[in-house]
Amino acid sequence: MRVLLNAWRGLAALTIVMLAIPAALAQEAPDAMVKRVANEVQQIIKTDPKVQAGDQQRIRDVIETKLLPNFDFDRMTALAMGRNWRQATPDQQKQLIDQFRALLVRTYSGALSQYRDQVMDFKPLRGDPASSDVTVRSEIVRSGQVPVQIDYSMTKTAGGWKAYDVIIGGISLVTNYRDEFNEQIKNGGIDGLIKTLAAKNKGLK
Amino acid sequence: MTAQPSFTPAIRRLLMLGSVVAALALSGCATTGGGRTDDPFEPVNRAMYAINDPIDKYVFKPIAQAYVDYVPSIIRTGINNYFNNIDDLFSVVNGLLQGKLDKAGNDMARVMINSVPGILGLIDVASDLGIPRGNEDFGQSFGYWGIPQGPYLFVPLFGPTTVRDGTGFVLRVLWSPTTEIPDVAVRNVIYGLGGLDIRAQALGTTSLISEASLDPYTFVRRAYLQRRQYLVYDGNPPPPKDDE
Repeated sequence: MRVLLNAWRGLAALTIVMLAIPAALAQEAPDAMVKRVANEVQQIIKTDPKVQAGDQQRIRDVIETKLLPNFDFDRMTALAMGRNWRQATPDQQKQLIDQFRALLVRTYSGALSQYRDQVMDFKPLRGDPASSDVTVRSEIVRSGQVPVQIDYSMTKTAGGWKAYDVIIGGISLVTNYRDEFNEQIKNGGIDGLIKTLAAKNKGLK
Repeated sequence: MTAQPSFTPAIRRLLMLGSVVAALALSGCATTGGGRTDDPFEPVNRAMYAINDPIDKYVFKPIAQAYVDYVPSIIRTGINNYFNNIDDLFSVVNGLLQGKLDKAGNDMARVMINSVPGILGLIDVASDLGIPRGNEDFGQSFGYWGIPQGPYLFVPLFGPTTVRDGTGFVLRVLWSPTTEIPDVAVRNVIYGLGGLDIRAQALGTTSLISEASLDPYTFVRRAYLQRRQYLVYDGNPPPPKDDE
């Protein structure tokens, strides 16, 4: 009986701890979060032998588990679709989110494979930290070159802060894809865009 | 341009300035073509892109890759520094043209340090001293003065530009100290190295573009125009409209 009670108490304590973790993460400031994730990923790239050997599967795993949970893909896709978003059926919207996500994984894998040791500087947050929308600003510093500014547009969700756009040296990912999506929709409708994305992700294009 | 011995350099430059003014005037009024307002010549540009793509893929990209693979990085860095030093010189001029005295001062110090102790720019001593690069150019000055970018252009063997930025680039080439080198062969080698350096620097970017884009032409255009807008506003461009 006593053993059972202890087990129950232990379980209760564990449940409380587990419930508290997401709450603690949700309270993490957006810039602290970006910094933490960037450091974690940098650490993995520097120390993981599989990543260093260029193992694509491992690189994708790192992106899936470390980077992607910090992005709001629904919002990102909706923004990249612009006014076409509301014309898409719920099923089309779901497919678009999945395909766009897969495309970004591909792109990030390519970018990570080219990664060299770089110094990241974080600059003061733009926007009111108490609001639900801020820009986290960072810079990649390379000697003798003009620094590359990397900004993350972040929104506060139930699951903590999540990025919905990345602006690299002034080039917004969402803005760039909005042109691409518009172009595809103009030529083949929303289904045409989904088809193009799927083909691209299968490596056919 | 080098095959006009009858013009003195001064007259040549005056003629250039005339055509620059004409081109900029054109950039102001040529924004009413059909289709996209920022790319009225899209069909022509796409054709140019289609011509450029295989040439780049089978000639320039492999050469640039071989350059990166086989030429020691210390030599490549020296070459890159040489051209950066000339860029810095133009950044002084353009910092002054925009009244950005801090930047102009930094760039001036960079050019002096890198040209003399740094041996004609081959060694980037100034960066080791922590003096940042201003990164200003004529296209940015024109933009700062309120001259519109004009139509987007895709130029084979050169890449994306606009009437405004292309005009600035022509000025940059014509007024470059490299034009003062009397030996044509030496000068042409330096131009060749300049092209090689630019292409080699862009190797990562171009592979990312082919990985990330659905239609590379559209992707490059938007990325280029966003980047230039950002540079004109020194990293704080006005927020873009959410939809077209």
